[in-house]
Amino acid sequence: MSAHTGYLAFLVHRVSGVLLTLFLPVHFFALGSALEGAAAFDTFLAWTERPLVKFAEWGIVLLLAAHLGGGLRVLALEFLPWRDWQKSLAAAAASLALAVGLAFALAL
Amino acid sequence: MTFRAQTFLWVAQRASAAVLALCVTVHLATMIYSIRGGLSAAEILSRTRGSVGWFAFYALFVLAVTVHAPIGLRPVLGEWLGWRGRSCDLFLLVVAMILAGLGMRAVFGVFL
Amino acid sequence: MRSLQVRVWRGGAQGAFQTFEVPRHASQTVLDVVTHIQRVLDPTLAYRFACRVGMCGSCAMTVNGVARWTCRTHVDKVVNKDRIEIAPLRNLPVVRDLVTDMREFFDKWARAKGQFRGARSRNDDFPALKPDTPARAQIDAGIECIGCAVCYSSCDVVSWNPDYLGPAALNRAWTLVKDERDSRKIERLRAVAGDAGCHSCHSHMSCTERCPKQISPTAGIAGLKREIASALLGGEL
Repeated sequence: MSAHTGYLAFLVHRVSGVLLTLFLPVHFFALGSALEGAAAFDTFLAWTERPLVKFAEWGIVLLLAAHLGGGLRVLALEFLPWRDWQKSLAAAAASLALAVGLAFALAL
Repeated sequence: MTFRAQTFLWVAQRASAAVLALCVTVHLATMIYSIRGGLSAAEILSRTRGSVGWFAFYALFVLAVTVHAPIGLRPVLGEWLGWRGRSCDLFLLVVAMILAGLGMRAVFGVFL
Repeated sequence: MRSLQVRVWRGGAQGAFQTFEVPRHASQTVLDVVTHIQRVLDPTLAYRFACRVGMCGSCAMTVNGVARWTCRTHVDKVVNKDRIEIAPLRNLPVVRDLVTDMREFFDKWARAKGQFRGARSRNDDFPALKPDTPARAQIDAGIECIGCAVCYSSCDVVSWNPDYLGPAALNRAWTLVKDERDSRKIERLRAVAGDAGCHSCHSHMSCTERCPKQISPTAGIAGLKREIASALLGGEL
């Protein structure tokens, strides 16, 4: 299928959603280790200082922002009155995702 | 699954999406704010433990994810893997249970 | 005299592309090219056309991967270094060469309850319809569909989900759902709800991108989603 904007927006939205669903149980499990007290949590936090992990964290935030952007696009298409600019919502979603990704990168 | 049930899934997906849009925004803003200057367990837990407000917020977050993620996976499994029907729906229910279980364990661990 | 290298699908579901050399002219449509092949080079080539002027939709084919009306596609617009590839419409069974079996396309139209059924008889007065109401504007935006199947051919969900009714059928259902004269609204909403209906649309908007009549089935499908949600929450479904 030709890669026009709407199709790319869909693909990003779907792939980011699947990757997030795979990531979330890991995220929940790691946080749940806090139940074992501050010491176990600190061990985990030390691990997250590693550059590869930081990069992965940034990647996950980007995925989340991308998925949110795509989701807002779908909600706008389905619930707002129809206008021509709705086709450029994909661009708006992409910029939003990028902005959030940058903010997180700066904070890292 | 009846068309009525499928319609209800669509409604639940959009409703949970709206809740998540809010939760994710708050979560991302909070994370960007709090990771400045590094993190330590003691630091994090001192802010979060005993906070009923944040507990309620993250419990809602977990609930919304438990609804949204499996319903979102359903068309992916059907359209890209050709997996449809009762076995698929049961699998997705299990995914929901795992997310809810691990999620609430984390919420209890961090906030209570 | 310049030439075009034209790859054309021959056969049914199993088959192969055959290459023809066709004279290139200054003003030439893809339908002109197909017609030349059949009349001059190979009379066994099967293809459909009727009006040749962009009114009937019969000549729709896949040109360089994109579903188009071949009578309204200028060669200059699509040619890739003197090469064109012509194949039958996607998502439909191939009868032979460039001809597809359109039955499922129209069967899905019927399954979506895409037929008008009024409640008045010949003895009743005409309904007084204002042409400038918002509902009528929405209907008008979708009413010009001629059933050419370009949107159906362009839709990924149709490819991935054999039961999916598709953009044309759903768009037609939408125009009828908004029509105050039609008497089968709830029945129709039931027919287009669920996995086989509007809820499987993921807003790729390929249909909107490709429709030669500038219709946006995505808009109509979004409208159906809203109407169905209202009906479900209102207990009418």
